[in-house]
Amino acid sequence: MFDYTFQWRQAYRALPQMLDGALVTLQIAVLSMVIGVTIAVILAVARNSKSRWLYWPATAWVEVARNTPALFQIYMAHFGLGSFGIYLSPFVALLAGITFNNAGYLCETFRGALRAIPDTQVRAGRSLGMGPAKTFRLIVLPQMLRIAFLPTTNQMVWAILMTSLGVTVGMSTDLTGVTQDLNSRTFRTFELFALAAVLYYAIAKAVMLGARLLAWRLFRY
Amino acid sequence: MFDTALTLNDMLFLAKGAGVTLAITFFAVIGGTVLGLTFGVIRSHIRPWMALPLTFILDIFRSVPLLIQLILANAFQAIAGLQLSPFVTSCVVLALYTSAYCTEIVRGAIDAVPTVTRRAARSLGLTWGQDMTQVVFPMALRVALPSWIGLTLSVLKDSALVLWLGIIELLRSSQILVTRLQEPMTILLITGAIYFALSFPIARLGGRLEKRWQEND
Amino acid sequence: MIEIENVHKSFGSLKVLKGINLTVDKGEVVSVIGGSGSGKSTLLTCINGLEKIDSGRILVDGTEVHAKSTDLNRLRRKIGIVFQQFNAFPHLTVLENVTLAPRKVKGLGKAEAEEIAVKHLEHVGLGDKLKVYPGRLSGGQQQRMAIARALAMSPDYMLFDEVTSALDPQLVGEVLDTLKMLAEDGMTMICVTHEMSFARDVSNRVAFFHKGVMEEIGPPEQIFGEAKSEETRKFLSSVR
Repeated sequence: MFDYTFQWRQAYRALPQMLDGALVTLQIAVLSMVIGVTIAVILAVARNSKSRWLYWPATAWVEVARNTPALFQIYMAHFGLGSFGIYLSPFVALLAGITFNNAGYLCETFRGALRAIPDTQVRAGRSLGMGPAKTFRLIVLPQMLRIAFLPTTNQMVWAILMTSLGVTVGMSTDLTGVTQDLNSRTFRTFELFALAAVLYYAIAKAVMLGARLLAWRLFRY
Repeated sequence: MFDTALTLNDMLFLAKGAGVTLAITFFAVIGGTVLGLTFGVIRSHIRPWMALPLTFILDIFRSVPLLIQLILANAFQAIAGLQLSPFVTSCVVLALYTSAYCTEIVRGAIDAVPTVTRRAARSLGLTWGQDMTQVVFPMALRVALPSWIGLTLSVLKDSALVLWLGIIELLRSSQILVTRLQEPMTILLITGAIYFALSFPIARLGGRLEKRWQEND
Repeated sequence: MIEIENVHKSFGSLKVLKGINLTVDKGEVVSVIGGSGSGKSTLLTCINGLEKIDSGRILVDGTEVHAKSTDLNRLRRKIGIVFQQFNAFPHLTVLENVTLAPRKVKGLGKAEAEEIAVKHLEHVGLGDKLKVYPGRLSGGQQQRMAIARALAMSPDYMLFDEVTSALDPQLVGEVLDTLKMLAEDGMTMICVTHEMSFARDVSNRVAFFHKGVMEEIGPPEQIFGEAKSEETRKFLSSVR
């Protein structure tokens, strides 16, 4: 049945290039998270606002981000914007797509975290003479961060996995892109992508582990 | 952008793609749920260290990009000479991928049934099987359903990745139209609307079931 | 002095307070008793301005609580309140819980705030728990911490809203002892409570609330001995 000789050495020789790709992957994921978190906070505020000019656009963003494929969102950035004469490079399109997705999901994470903090905490803060802003900053926000931390970490892992989609819009410098590039030259598909899988797994686990340690350090209570 | 060269035939083409998306989602969710139920029950009944190999393998499906999984599986079936069609390969990969998440849902739901309830059931003379089918599953189902609906919705979206294996599902169909008609925004908006239309009823059904169960509690 | 004049308050169509009049003098301890839904807890949150009132007025040392010009945050420093739910800030240690408001509201330095906090925490018997997070404390300890937290702002008045209701029975005593100690120190207190023996032994006056109305108020001997109102007698015989 196996009329095939595995050539792992070839994959091994490609490792340095793939590690460079992994770095790009991590770079996109981190960037998309940093921008995504920022936008998510704005979206969360907008979704809790009474003004419909803020509420509806934010809600539309969240709904589209959560109810359409991530790949669709990347296509939108890469092909869709072409209708308006905007042509994004694969890197920017990928980054935009993932950021869009991150922001939509994280917005709901943050809103959920806010709701999870009992009103009585705000009352206690106000009773001690703190104004609304101080109560939020000193009482609500630190507790929100703890609740939102794990889901945010999961979103980071998602972001890493989503970067692999860049190859479908012609991205060639991230881990999947590099692997696909090597693949088209050597046709050692299984070996190369198996190595890529191992690298993705290692990155994902490293991020999880790092987050665990950070959480352990940050949230002592 | 609204006067478009899009014809009825093109719309049918998209609908056909949507059909393929639905079919793959259907098989993946059915297969994934059966596997997930099995793994989940096993995991909640054996000691954590005994479940370690299973946990580890299932975790791989959640920590490696789905696209890579599809490429690997396709390459593997070619090497092994299985001669599986891309459609079958995709369904198998997505089913395994789904099962990894489903296992967690099932295990969590079973663990959420209080031990005292199960003790009570066993004290009444119910066998393990009766306890599982009459007490644990009905209770666990309520806990699991919202997450399971969520999982189904995410499989529906993730199924778009099978286009890499050359399957013409919804997103790939739209891309073909984009290439031909050069109206990316219009076509992608329609595609997004179709994804919405596919997931909305599922989400609504889940919401309604959940509400009805809560009223009965 | 806290002066409550003809205060009305409703939530939607539900009238919670129907014309309450009550004056509490400096150094006085007033216990408020009554069934659930009698409006007694709402009164406390109206006094520190957490709740608005529909009509009437509440004066604290001559300042009208619900007047637009009143700086509520400033006023609240004078009025400590402890709720039924412990409301510990879970992300801060016991010491940080107590120093938070003195530092961030009053602007005290760290050392000074900690000195005050330690004094109050020792007073309520938590001197050995300074670096512990509230999650590690029992309900009674959390409640005593909440009392210390309110006291650290050196309030002139303390309001207690059923502070023992959420506690396991064996933990009630330690919190009541703390309240008793405060009363003996001369703190002006309004205690909404279900603990009749506490109301009888510690307060100068006891007020009985029924359906949003203050049915009766008087010294404990009167309320528990020869209550004038039929409703008061009915309530007291039901809780005994």
